[in-house]
Amino acid sequence: MEKRNIYKYLLYAILITYAVVTFFPFLWAVSASFKTYKEITGGGLNVIPKAATIAAYIRLLTMDSNFMRWILNSFFVCIVGTFFNVIFNSMAGYALSRLHFKGRDMVFYAILASIMVPAQVLLIPNYLIIKYFGMLNSFRAVIIPVAVNATYIFMMRQFYINFPKSLEEAAAIDGLNRVGVFFRIAIPLAKPAIATQSVFIFLGLWNEFLKPKLYLAVPQKYTLTVGIQTMMSQYGGITQWDEVMAASVISLIPILLLYIALNKYFMHGVRMDGEK
Amino acid sequence: MIKRKHFAALMGWGFLSPAILIIGTFVFASIIFALYISFHKVNLFTGYFEFIGLDNYIRIFTDNRTKIAFINTATFVAVVVPLQTFLAMVMAAVLNSYIKGKNFYRTIFFLPTLTSSAALTMIFMFLFSLTGPINEIATKLNLIAQPINFLNDPKFALKVIMSMNVWSTVPYFMTIYLASLQELPSSLYEAADVDGATAVQKFFHITIPYLKPITTFVLLMGIIGTFQMFDQAYIFSNGSGGPENSTLTVALLIYRNAFGQNNTMGFATAMSIVLSIVIFVATMVAKKLNQSESLY
Repeated sequence: MEKRNIYKYLLYAILITYAVVTFFPFLWAVSASFKTYKEITGGGLNVIPKAATIAAYIRLLTMDSNFMRWILNSFFVCIVGTFFNVIFNSMAGYALSRLHFKGRDMVFYAILASIMVPAQVLLIPNYLIIKYFGMLNSFRAVIIPVAVNATYIFMMRQFYINFPKSLEEAAAIDGLNRVGVFFRIAIPLAKPAIATQSVFIFLGLWNEFLKPKLYLAVPQKYTLTVGIQTMMSQYGGITQWDEVMAASVISLIPILLLYIALNKYFMHGVRMDGEK
Repeated sequence: MIKRKHFAALMGWGFLSPAILIIGTFVFASIIFALYISFHKVNLFTGYFEFIGLDNYIRIFTDNRTKIAFINTATFVAVVVPLQTFLAMVMAAVLNSYIKGKNFYRTIFFLPTLTSSAALTMIFMFLFSLTGPINEIATKLNLIAQPINFLNDPKFALKVIMSMNVWSTVPYFMTIYLASLQELPSSLYEAADVDGATAVQKFFHITIPYLKPITTFVLLMGIIGTFQMFDQAYIFSNGSGGPENSTLTVALLIYRNAFGQNNTMGFATAMSIVLSIVIFVATMVAKKLNQSESLY
């Protein structure tokens, strides 16, 4: 029994240590964002600022007149991008599981194979294609190429394979046509799977850096991540820690709210992503 | 009236058309396009385009900066992938044991996954800055005599990025492991208890073998992700790959060559194709190693 207790304490020690390691950077970021620059660079390990101030946040919002715009841009790209993904991925997943036709399996394997293609090799040709279609410096450039996602097509397919057909069949008997069955019955039934893919797609789009950096070269079109990075490297470099930390905190808030509100879908999602 | 069978085909292709169009263009056509570009000398700004055969590929093996980038990237992968995989497995096993507040810890642990690499890099640069908390704590504990300039010292820069990458990827893989562990029949552990096995023995003889298929998946994802590390290196060095090329990764070099002022877009494309081949080989090796029994 004694041995068992020691083992248990050890487990908790590991858990708490890891929780501290995870939480520490966030705590410091938030703390520093409310400190004066002098206090930050003066050292000291106090988490509570000696003279708490929101000066860094105010400077940040007024430093570049586009700042509020970047936030709106990010929301626009994320919401529109997520919307297209949900519709298109669900349609594809449904077709790959419920509809039977020649060539279906071939399409399925092609979509599956596309998951394994490294993004690096697509970067240059994608850029040239987007340039050719005149989509540079337009939000279309950061939405259209990622308006479908092979991983979530696969997830939706799995969902419909595991889901009983009876409701859809009943609706079909009641005279609803097959397209109607999809939009009125199959989509609402898939709510949990749709919520899961939505949160992850939103998260991915919100945090995306390389593509908006490359495709959106005018300051008015920047997304928040690109805007912050550009601003920080222009004005005094990434050493103005109070402002840099305030910027990081601002970029985190929307995702954190989403995480708190839809926590179970975040936990669920990763599970469906893996081997199942 | 269209026949039922034809209707299903029509609807099927209709429903798949956005996916086929987008994945067809931006993945499959792009791969072929990339191969085509890689045999040419290209300047993005002047529109210069000339067939030069295999020159771009030959240059990869002679160019010094490319060599540095591949060494940096390989080092990064070799350190980060085993660490993130092992830590994720251990933390999942710990979380899966009979502890209180499991969901609380899970919620906290998942936070780094939510953070953008931009915010993450800035936060870690602050932590490791000359007057930042890491230096402060290390000095207070007498671990170091004076603050280390982690960000500008080529000996440390890549290590800072490694630590932040491990920190930010472990939770995601941990959650994947945990989902699978929750389906592990407890009778296996109970049988081991009867035989008097210790916790460490149980971890190495039951948990790790049971998680093998998931480990293959985690290794694959880890290798594909780390070989293409870009955001963190870019933000850390403001695109330069410095100090002294120590954070120059292959992905960063591809970006610089492709979208810079030189005629090197074709060269960059060839590099991205070689990188893809390297990634493919590495995943195959990892898969083989993981499946062989000798590893455990």
